[in-house]
Order: sequence, then C-alpha cells, then structure tokens
Amino acid sequence: MSTWTAVLVASGLAFALKLAGHLVPARWLDGDRTTRVTSALPIALLAALVGVQTLTSSSGAVVVDSRAAAVGVAVVALLLRAPFIVVVVLAAAVAAGLRLLGLP
Amino acid sequence: MTQVLDPARRRAVLRQSLSVAVATGAYGVSFGALSVAAGLDLLQTQALSLLLFSGGSQFAFVGVLAAGPAGAPAAIATSTLLGVRNGLYGLQVARLLGARGPRQVAAAQLTIDESTAVGVAQPEAAAGRLGFWATGIGVFVLWNLTTLLGALAGDAMGDPRRYGLDAAAAAAFCALLWPRLRSADAFAIAGAALVVAVVLAPHAPAGVPVLVAATTSLAAGVWRRAHHDPAPPHHWVDEEAAR
Repeated sequence: MSTWTAVLVASGLAFALKLAGHLVPARWLDGDRTTRVTSALPIALLAALVGVQTLTSSSGAVVVDSRAAAVGVAVVALLLRAPFIVVVVLAAAVAAGLRLLGLP
Repeated sequence: MTQVLDPARRRAVLRQSLSVAVATGAYGVSFGALSVAAGLDLLQTQALSLLLFSGGSQFAFVGVLAAGPAGAPAAIATSTLLGVRNGLYGLQVARLLGARGPRQVAAAQLTIDESTAVGVAQPEAAAGRLGFWATGIGVFVLWNLTTLLGALAGDAMGDPRRYGLDAAAAAAFCALLWPRLRSADAFAIAGAALVVAVVLAPHAPAGVPVLVAATTSLAAGVWRRAHHDPAPPHHWVDEEAAR
C-alpha cells in the first residue's frame, strides 16, 4: 500500500467516525459497558505506543537506550505539570545530548 | 433558537478558546517534524493535519509508519481505533449544536478532544456552541500552520535520531496519555497494554503489538468502577430553552 493511499484511507475513516457520532441517535451507544470500553481504548493504545516507541528498535527487538532516559525525564516534567511542547522538546534534548556523548 | 450571550461572557469564552488553540497549535510543530522524520513528505504530512485532523491519531499513524511502509494497514487501524472517541464526542456535540447540512459536516471535522472539552465545559448551551466553534476553528488553523512549520524544519534537519526526534515521539505519546491516567483502573490498563506491546514486539510485524495491546481495554468492560471519558451525557442549563 502506498503512503498516499494509507493517508487518505486513515483520513476517510477518521472523518466517518466523527460524522457517525453526529448522525447516530445517542441512545445507540448509551450502554455503561460500551462507554467504559471506549474510554479505556485510547489509554491502552497510547500506553502501548509509549512502550513500543521507547523500548523497541525498528526491527522489533527490545532495547534500552537514550530514549528510555529521555522518557524518564518527560515523566518527571509531566509530574511537574510542564506543558506538552516543553515535555516533547525536553525529551528530544535529553536523547540528543546522550547521543552526543556517544551513548546509543 | 438563538440565545444571546452578554459581551463579558462572550469575551471570556473566546479567550478560553484562543488559549486552548494556541497551546494545542504549539505542538503541531512536533507533529510536522516527526512526520517527515518518519518518512512522509511535506504534502502527506499536511494532508494528515487537514483531513485526518486528530492529534493522537496523527502521531500514532506516523509512529507506526516510521517502521516501514509494510506497517501501513496497522497504521490505519491504530489511527482509526484512536479516533473512535471522536465519534463519542460527536454524540454530545451534535445535541449541543443542532447543526444541519454543510455546518454539520464542518462540525464533524472539528470534533476533537479540545473543541469538545471547551464546549461541554460551558454552563450555558449558547456559550457551549461558541466555545466549540471558536476552539475547533482556532485549533484547525493553528495546527495546520504549525504542522507546515514543523515539516519544513524537519526536512532541513537530516537524521532524526541525532536530534532525539525518536525520543520526542515517545514523549508525545506519554503527554497525550497523561491526562487520561486519573484512576487506578486507567493505570492498570495502561500498564498491561504497555507490557503486552513490548513483549510481543520482537515476535510480530510492526504495528501489530499495539493493536493486540488495545484489547486490554476490554478489561474495563468488566471492571465496574472504571472511569468514564467523556463524562456521561452532559446537560446545559438552557438546553431546553435553546431547542
């Protein structure tokens, strides 16, 4: 699949979901259990992405490198209520700094 | 139908919308830079911000695709699953706006975390409508401008690892996850999903571990005290009057 196809398919599906919410009668999704699962979904996906982006190489092997230290610093920044952009820039700076010192 | 907001309330809502739009727009720069680092070109990056327009899904899409073009189906699936919540926001926002035709299509495209949050945070429906539109349009414009800036900067930089951009992607997911970790069940689900994804990573094609880890959210279905997000149906004090 070409990158353009993927971009357009993902965009189409994202819009379809948004529009469906506006068109579907609210009672269809009112169930308590449905609400709990759908609100847990982004938590599971984002946590999985944190794990994969921090601890695995592009081949899928588990590695601990400068990224782990950078994410550790990001978590401390989040605990100190730093805004999103500060957290991201700080993590990049830590990883870049450690690599400048010769770490993987 | 039209409820009149007094000028002071109007200014307060617009100020709130603008501050949310500026804060969100600021991290469009990191999306633009990460997207070109992941191998997408400038036009593809901009298309994601214009058409897909949902921060979490966009970061996930380029994050999964960074591992190579074979990850495209998994990138689409991850981005779409993350977009499910926008559909739920739509249910609440549709009741607030009562928009039809082209306005409804525009409202759907602007239905994201930030516009919904500002809309439902207002005590009156009239302020809710103003907050939704102002935040949605503000974020859309700034997010697209900053995406372009980030993509241009990223293009000029070269090897993304030298600048720690791979760590920046991981930190971005952390920061998107953070506000959702408000309860013990949220922490438990996040921990389980992270472990499942990392353990599976060496044994499955790129993107698949994240999708398998998403099934841990089903645990919330049997967990009676799991939290709600978005909050259960919201009501505005003047909702009936606005109909």
